[in-house]
Amino acid sequence: MTFELVLFFILAAIAVATAVGMVLSKNSVYAALYLVTNFISVAIFYLLLDAPFISLAQVTVYAGAIMVLFLFVIMLLGAEKIAPELNWRDMAIPLVLAAALMVEAGLLFVQRFSQPFTASADGAAFADPMSMSVTLFVDYLLPIQVTGVLLLVAMVGAIVLSKPEKKGQA
Amino acid sequence: MDWWLIVEWLIKAVVLVLVLLTGFAYLTLFERRVLAFMQVRIGPNRAGPQGLLQPVADAVKLIFKEELIPDKVERLIFILAPIITVVPAVVIAAVVPWGPPVPFPVFGRTITLQMADISVGILYITAIASIAVYGIVLAGWASNNKYAMLGGLRSSAQMISYELALTLAFGTAALMAGSLRVIDIVEAQKGVWFALVQPATAIIFLVATLAEVNRAPFDMPEAEQELTAGYHTEYSGMKFALFFMAEYIKMIAISAIAATLFFGGYREFSFLQNTWFSVDQNWWLGPIYLFLKVVVLLFFMVWVRATLPRIRYDRLMAFGWKVMLPLALIEVMITGLFVVLGLPWYVNTLLALIPFLGAVYLVDRALTKKETFGRLSHGSK
Repeated sequence: MTFELVLFFILAAIAVATAVGMVLSKNSVYAALYLVTNFISVAIFYLLLDAPFISLAQVTVYAGAIMVLFLFVIMLLGAEKIAPELNWRDMAIPLVLAAALMVEAGLLFVQRFSQPFTASADGAAFADPMSMSVTLFVDYLLPIQVTGVLLLVAMVGAIVLSKPEKKGQA
Repeated sequence: MDWWLIVEWLIKAVVLVLVLLTGFAYLTLFERRVLAFMQVRIGPNRAGPQGLLQPVADAVKLIFKEELIPDKVERLIFILAPIITVVPAVVIAAVVPWGPPVPFPVFGRTITLQMADISVGILYITAIASIAVYGIVLAGWASNNKYAMLGGLRSSAQMISYELALTLAFGTAALMAGSLRVIDIVEAQKGVWFALVQPATAIIFLVATLAEVNRAPFDMPEAEQELTAGYHTEYSGMKFALFFMAEYIKMIAISAIAATLFFGGYREFSFLQNTWFSVDQNWWLGPIYLFLKVVVLLFFMVWVRATLPRIRYDRLMAFGWKVMLPLALIEVMITGLFVVLGLPWYVNTLLALIPFLGAVYLVDRALTKKETFGRLSHGSK
């Protein structure tokens, strides 16, 4: 076993454990922290795959921005102790779907391991910021622009929704 | 695996941590002495010559203080929070280069004077900076104290808001250098410092930095009159010292980053380029130049603290979202234009100053007319 493989399994264990912890945690602040740890371990996976840009973007966006906002809202509302009651009847469909996903992932895993690992030909160059920006802003210019417009619309919508109503107009 | 590489990393990491920790100790003394000088006092000068042993005395005092853990805190997070605050403060400096690559005579290898030369160094800095909020928020929450909680929430809101302008300033520097690698950004400033090409962004960066490290006049999380001591109200002894340490180490790290991105990093003034004073001829001048620049920036931070009163919280948020962010966006656009058209750098300077002066004028007008600023600050009449 190579060093990277050992690292992979340790990380995978952490990622799965934190994901389970997030679901089972009674306190929402702890749940949020489990999720942060999960995001960071996923970011390290990206690093192992020679994709530092995506890895650090993952930390900045998910662990750094989104989860801080989550924590902020949980703390502001004082919602940390409100644990939803587990209702197994409502959980039936999600459980079946999750089981299906797990089986699928397991099959892929086994299939992948039966073949030899092949690194992509251009390895590190594939994920460096320069070639990545060329891919994003030259090859996939239109989808990026469309995504940008979508995000802008969502942002404008959020601002309009959070605007205080003017007096007399209610 | 290359074992010498690991040894090299280990040595560099130890040196970096030692420099930061010693820097922290002496920065507290530096700040107190400079503040005293500005307020026509003497400041701490009893322990050792010129008070040079004062940090040692402070450390010993803090170590022997009683550490209280209040009864109703979230114990685990209460204890973890100071650590979570210190770690990002220390590791953020890993990508800052201290000097040019050095040919090392013994093993015949070139050593970079930098912890980690990664291709996305700028992104690394933003990632670590965005994680730095957690310690403070969690400390506020775990303390189970209303004032601490408010301090923690305020700081998270403030840091998220100013992070946007800060990241855009990073982006501008990366645009001008055409690279996300920190050492490329330094080398791109061989001729002209980015602070001269883009003075407005450099100023935005410095202001946003003050907000990021919660320094006066943005030290909202610990506004004594309103929140007692903010997020660290319930902390004492070494745990308090860790928060204190994080703040000062962040000051050093962020000054080093500011020096690297906008003030030429380890490089000399451009007019010294072909002389003995150039880092190309004497590599050991690099760390010295960087050190001097960091000291000047730290002096600037202390100076600001001694001069400006604390800004009201709603105005601080309004300033972050309605002035800093749009201005930073406009500056990114101007820089992008400048890079595409390949204009000479002084054109960019002039172009960049127009929206900046406009913003200064608008803020000034809003501040002199009270009613206008009431509208600028969200929600109030």
